[in-house]
Amino acid sequence: MKHLTEYRDADTARRLAAEIGRIATRPWAIMEVCGGQTHSIIRNGVDQLLPPEVELIHGPGCPVCVTPLETIDRALAIAATPGVIFCSFGDMLRVPGSHENLFSVKGRGGDIRVVYSPLDAVQLARAHPDREVVFLAIGFETTAPANAMAVKLAKQQGLKNFSMLVSHVLVPPAIEAIMRSPGNRVNAFLAAGHVCSVMGTWQYPPLAARFRVPIVVTGFEPLDLLEGIRRTILQLEQGRHELENAYARVVSERGNEPAQRVIAEVFETEERAWRGIGTIPASGWRLADAYCDYDAEIRFAVGGITAVESPLCKAGEVLQGTLKPNQCPAFGKQCTPRTPLGATMVSSEGACAAYYNAGRWSDSGAA
Amino acid sequence: MSDTPDFTTFACPLPLRDYPHVVMGHGGGGALSRDLIEHVFLPAFSNPLLDRLGDSTEIDVAADLAGGGRLVLSTDSYVVRPLFFPGGSIGDLAVNGTVNDLAMSGGRPLYLTAGFIIEEGLAIGKLAEVARRMAAAATAAGVRIVTGDTKVVERGHGDGVYINTAGVGVVPPEIGVGTEPIRPGDMVLASGTLGDHGMAIMSVREGLAFQAEIVSDSAPLHGLVAAMLAACPAIRLLRDPTRGGAATSLVEIADLARVGIEIDEQAIPVRPQVAAACEMLGLDPLQVANEGKLLAVVPGESADRILAAMRRHEHGRDAVAIGRVVERHPRMVVMRTAIGGTRVIPMPLGEQLPRIC
Repeated sequence: MKHLTEYRDADTARRLAAEIGRIATRPWAIMEVCGGQTHSIIRNGVDQLLPPEVELIHGPGCPVCVTPLETIDRALAIAATPGVIFCSFGDMLRVPGSHENLFSVKGRGGDIRVVYSPLDAVQLARAHPDREVVFLAIGFETTAPANAMAVKLAKQQGLKNFSMLVSHVLVPPAIEAIMRSPGNRVNAFLAAGHVCSVMGTWQYPPLAARFRVPIVVTGFEPLDLLEGIRRTILQLEQGRHELENAYARVVSERGNEPAQRVIAEVFETEERAWRGIGTIPASGWRLADAYCDYDAEIRFAVGGITAVESPLCKAGEVLQGTLKPNQCPAFGKQCTPRTPLGATMVSSEGACAAYYNAGRWSDSGAA
Repeated sequence: MSDTPDFTTFACPLPLRDYPHVVMGHGGGGALSRDLIEHVFLPAFSNPLLDRLGDSTEIDVAADLAGGGRLVLSTDSYVVRPLFFPGGSIGDLAVNGTVNDLAMSGGRPLYLTAGFIIEEGLAIGKLAEVARRMAAAATAAGVRIVTGDTKVVERGHGDGVYINTAGVGVVPPEIGVGTEPIRPGDMVLASGTLGDHGMAIMSVREGLAFQAEIVSDSAPLHGLVAAMLAACPAIRLLRDPTRGGAATSLVEIADLARVGIEIDEQAIPVRPQVAAACEMLGLDPLQVANEGKLLAVVPGESADRILAAMRRHEHGRDAVAIGRVVERHPRMVVMRTAIGGTRVIPMPLGEQLPRIC
């Protein structure tokens, strides 16, 4: 319980923010990679404590937001198939496909269940041998171990009625793509603490060196975020570009090695399309050949489904940090959490929804 | 878990024509329906008005309205899974929920009606336990269940039992909650910890176990309201933040009254185990349902007096001021966060969806 108050202390927050104000001598743009961090920044008003020199750019780290529209449409097609029990994390239910979302499929009689763990889906498959149980496996490295474990378990138990629609994405290739993009404004990164708790930090020093960019592994509580920002600003002001771990209570250099072994066994790296960003080489995981019997895309033959994005949606620019959500012409007008044009307005971790829900309708904020 | 019913010791007052479970015939209006009423509902709810078993119930209101005043009516339907949970049951909710709707107008609840939509296959013992809990809640709240109805739907078409209750109460002539407009300077009070009921249900559904069990706050609030009105008759508005939680009520108040509301994150009372469960499941305690709490908008100068009266009442012991009505940002609720930032509290869209990570 202590963690709920320990890292939200107002006095320490003010002290850290003042320290950041003292060391920042010129404008810096820092990208927090993870959607969970964006959510916490907006929810707690962390950015409102920062000096004007420090700009936070909200990165592409919301798994719901970067899942391609095709994948959503494929999920919807599978979920609408008679006899299927379709399992998903909660916030995927409202994500719009080309024509509808999982809620509307559920309303028409689809059997759609919100689960907290893919292992719950495996259990459902065991309990309903006459039904096809499909789990929508999205997420970054954080959710991958449990998803991999679920497939491994299903295979061990000889379950023939379980499969996964996999759309996993990886952080380091995304950082590389952002640094290589011609319009890049990012001076430093707050790396996603929970991703690093699984994968460790060893992937990041080469990126920091190659692109001469500070990377600080950062947690999710207000004080974690302020400390991460303080360390990146300090590096930038001192002309350093290193990997630092500001989330050592959770993250180690080597990460969770048993989890990495399960991932390596079940998944294979592949090129992956990121919604709003484009295709990034070696930036996703799919099921390895040994587990292809559990691939829902093959089992339900939905691989041919393609989709076209709304031309009004500027989620791509938001995800790449070149546009603030409230600078999008459709923000709060054609596009609201009730009528989302893109996934960044759907997930509570999405930058657009975070801005809308916190009343950031203009750059000055609401209050 | 004293609130978990023990069916092993339950002695069914049957023979209900030898059916241990509800069958379609129990809703057919014939002898089986009669059995259900006589063996399950009447033993629980019996009172002279109900015992006549007419199609409707006549009530002599002369005594109830002797001092003048106004009738207040409300109806609500109750669907909850599981039927029994720590701190209550669908039976408690069906009584307290409607009682509280009446209480928010300052009324004294008097009579309830009860309609049961029962799923074929429900154990008669469970139904009798629901009725027993309802009767106990009605007695505690001082209301009588005076007429009712039962229907049976096919297995798979309901979650055991759905209950509708309608209530009648009387608002004394001198009471007028909401006659004075809400204005800047008014204070917003909460009668106690928020989010208890919703998280009690979630913790059962998700199989979460905490060192300290999360218990529903289901309770009748008209006694608390009477104590508050005795301390200050000029209370501007009362709301019971059920579905959609306190966030929904606050946004509705700001919108209807065209005022701004500012709340203080650190002042919002949330039990540690509820805060922890919300954190784990990615939910916001402000959006979680309550079944025994109220929010009050009161004149600023009377806030302390009302709070003192609330804290003397068993259902208001943890009452606190959580915010104030302000002139700026009309129709918006803004929270001052613990670390000194601000954020707007939105109207929850619908169902709260757990975040992925």
